[in-house]
Amino acid sequence: MSTSRREFLKNAGALIVSFSAASLADSLTFAQGPFDTHPSHIDPTKLDSWIAVDADGAVTAYTGKCDFGQGMFTSQTQLVAEELCVRIDRVKLIQCDTSVTPDQGTTSGSQSTPTNFNSGNLGQAAATAREALISMAAKHLGEAPDQLTVADGVITGKAGRHVTYGELIGDKRFDIPLSTTVKRRQPVQWTVLGKPVPSLDRVALMTGRFEFVHNVRVPGMLYGRVMRPPDVGSTVAGVDEASVRQISGLVKVVVRNNFVGVIAEKQWQAVQAARRLKVNWSPGQGLPAQKTFYDSMRKLPSRDALMVDSKDVERQFSAARTVVRATYSYPFQTHGSVGTSCAVADVKADHATVWSATQSVYPTRSIVAKLLNLPLDNVRVVYVRGSACYGLNGADAVSFDAALLSHAVGKPVRVQLSREDEMAWDNFGAACVVDQRAAIDHNGAIVAWEFENWIASRGGRPGYDHPGNVITGLLAGYEPEQVKPRAPAEPTEELRNRSNAAPSYVAGCIGGKCSGAGTIRSERVLSHTVPSPFFTGPLRSPERIQNTFAHECFMDELSARATADPVAFRLQHLSEKRIIDVLKSAAEAAIWEKRPSPRINIARTGTVSGRGIACVAYEGNNGYAALVAEVTVDLISGRVQPTRFIVALDCGPVSNPDGVRNQTEGGILQGMSRALVEEVTWDDKRVTSTDWETYESPYLGIEIPKIDVVLMNPTGVPAIGAGETAITLVPAAIGNAIFDATGIRLREVPFTADRVKAAHLAMTGSA
Amino acid sequence: MSTISLKVNGRLHTLELDPATPLLFVLADDLELRGPKFGCGMALCGACTVILRGQVVRSCVMPVSAVGPDEVTTLEGLGTPEKPHPIQQCFIDEGAAQCGFCLSGVILTAKAVLDAKPTASDEEMRESLGGVLCRCFTHLRMLRAIRKYKEEFAGKRKA
Repeated sequence: MSTSRREFLKNAGALIVSFSAASLADSLTFAQGPFDTHPSHIDPTKLDSWIAVDADGAVTAYTGKCDFGQGMFTSQTQLVAEELCVRIDRVKLIQCDTSVTPDQGTTSGSQSTPTNFNSGNLGQAAATAREALISMAAKHLGEAPDQLTVADGVITGKAGRHVTYGELIGDKRFDIPLSTTVKRRQPVQWTVLGKPVPSLDRVALMTGRFEFVHNVRVPGMLYGRVMRPPDVGSTVAGVDEASVRQISGLVKVVVRNNFVGVIAEKQWQAVQAARRLKVNWSPGQGLPAQKTFYDSMRKLPSRDALMVDSKDVERQFSAARTVVRATYSYPFQTHGSVGTSCAVADVKADHATVWSATQSVYPTRSIVAKLLNLPLDNVRVVYVRGSACYGLNGADAVSFDAALLSHAVGKPVRVQLSREDEMAWDNFGAACVVDQRAAIDHNGAIVAWEFENWIASRGGRPGYDHPGNVITGLLAGYEPEQVKPRAPAEPTEELRNRSNAAPSYVAGCIGGKCSGAGTIRSERVLSHTVPSPFFTGPLRSPERIQNTFAHECFMDELSARATADPVAFRLQHLSEKRIIDVLKSAAEAAIWEKRPSPRINIARTGTVSGRGIACVAYEGNNGYAALVAEVTVDLISGRVQPTRFIVALDCGPVSNPDGVRNQTEGGILQGMSRALVEEVTWDDKRVTSTDWETYESPYLGIEIPKIDVVLMNPTGVPAIGAGETAITLVPAAIGNAIFDATGIRLREVPFTADRVKAAHLAMTGSA
Repeated sequence: MSTISLKVNGRLHTLELDPATPLLFVLADDLELRGPKFGCGMALCGACTVILRGQVVRSCVMPVSAVGPDEVTTLEGLGTPEKPHPIQQCFIDEGAAQCGFCLSGVILTAKAVLDAKPTASDEEMRESLGGVLCRCFTHLRMLRAIRKYKEEFAGKRKA
């Protein structure tokens, strides 16, 4: 990007500040997705904030949604090329840099595609630019706009006269707002979008040239390491700086409240200093016993949310012929990025730059400004890809670490976490316990469903105001946001099933408006958020995977009780067409055998096999999927081996089928790992799952199941999320397949070999 | 501090270093190579993998002084963006990455195994990849790329 462009944007920023805050807030609401954003100097309602065309006709596009490996760089480049009718290699995409890109909040929650590919934001900007250029060309060529054709950045009139984008606008500003009436190119017209364009980072990645945040090198850069407390709740009683004085290259020991770090000239020196520095830590607060943790959650003061309540469930349960209850548990899990988190900060007296793999450049800018007491405008956060995060891993915390250390020496400092610190102090995916209750009529059909869960929470995304929501902020003296106990309010607005607390089978009726995907009209969904001893935060399909595991296994239990086929039984209780369609498609692709589970005449020893199904309307309306899992279970060892997955996925019109398949295959295998082995463990003081020996993750050498992905690819509907839908279903589909194979119902994730073995012994012992 | 000579990807470097420095830090910091990466520092994930004397080595736990006169090959030493090594080309063709942080372990391990034994069985491949972690779980595509390399190139071309 040219310096002049950057300067122009900075100058433009100065102008925009003079707008009234109210009009700016309105315009942001109009332009942004559902995430909280703060006004930045880059006005998202202006075309020039998103698109620039140079004299050669090359396009630079600016986005606030970044690529972690999920393919957003490639698909957004396709989007701009498609709407502007230029070749993909004519587009340069600049992602997530607070000095030049619009504030699009956080790249998360399967929201990037809905935000930028539908009516607003980046797609709207590129289409606005195309229309503006056609309009300029019409004047230039003296022909009507509808007589012109556009290809490869060249606009041609009927007589064959033509003009290029570069000639029309080259290096000048458009100076127009985003058009709210702009015509978007439709899937039938697409030549770049909708195609399996190979990811643009491939060659650099495979040949070791790609620049990760870990590779950022700044002149004069020093290396920092941080010291996390030994126990949860430990505080610093003293630091013996003399203990590291002999380490050559040591530059400084930094202490701020309970934040302790070292800075050295070389990384190895910093590692040694961190190992040897004597810090006198106070004993921690002590931790609740892991064995009884799920039960203990129920007794804590909670922040309650009543999602839906038809007020008649108790009556239905009293009158019902059969009432079924079951409790499901889901553990804390860690993001476990393969590379530990890393950031580089360069803090000078009056300004700072941070190179960060954060999902949230603007919020990170706010927190860094707060930590360093700098004006917001004097902090720049530049996104550089890290090891994929799958949510809030250590990327934010380490960005704050780097900022604090660089601030202490006034020189650029690179910080990378140790494996132990990455895993012990992560914002874990939340532990959750769910009580399900259903009333069944004489035909086995469900007439009432009640859901109640307890989900652990501490901190989370720092947002714009809460440094203490991650470990570094806490150590530096900021408290995490508290879970404030609150009784549930009566639901008044339409059901928004963002955490999938409501099962797909309820009608979701509030004030006469029914937004659920199902038919069950007697319904109650109550969620309790309780304080967690550990930091928590979004981990791919946050809360949704926990709740969906409970819904889809419970549905399977009810189906078995009714001696019904699990697909037919689900269809009997669904009303939403898109979830019905994926369910039927997955069953068809799997050549699903219609029969109840478990299968009959199960062997009591040796290896048995089974199949299970699960489906979801992700966040209610942000993705639809159904997944069939086929597994074998070794009854002697208890080992579960998935052999095949078949998924049908509806994410609206597909931007890049290769990218969606890659995400879906990876999501399913990551879900398999989470279903079978992943669990954070702790003792009475500290987290004990701190590396790949104590926290299991299936290596590349495993037996890999076959995966078939059916993309529904409907048109005429908006683009919706794709990256988290399939993973949401994996624990339930595997759990249901284990039940089908063995008759064993596992209600606690992960389904480790020991648990399967113990359950099998219990069943056969008592049979 | 000692003077250390290190041959990496065909170039000889002379460096003033603490000889106990892990090879990874020398490659990543002093030579500014982007292939090998710090993942765990415990030889448990493979992100720091390099090839030395035909074997894969976890550079995060190997002191630079233990390298000796033999050449170290990193991921960028196999091929260039303009002319990738055939195994890199197979990974490119199969789109066998998501974030790509783990690729040194994946590609170099597969290459070392197949260079030593071009007919390595699936079982042997699995065993050798038993210490390589990909948390994006791009396993399917990676194994497909490795199989393609084995079938089309391994044994037919000296590395």
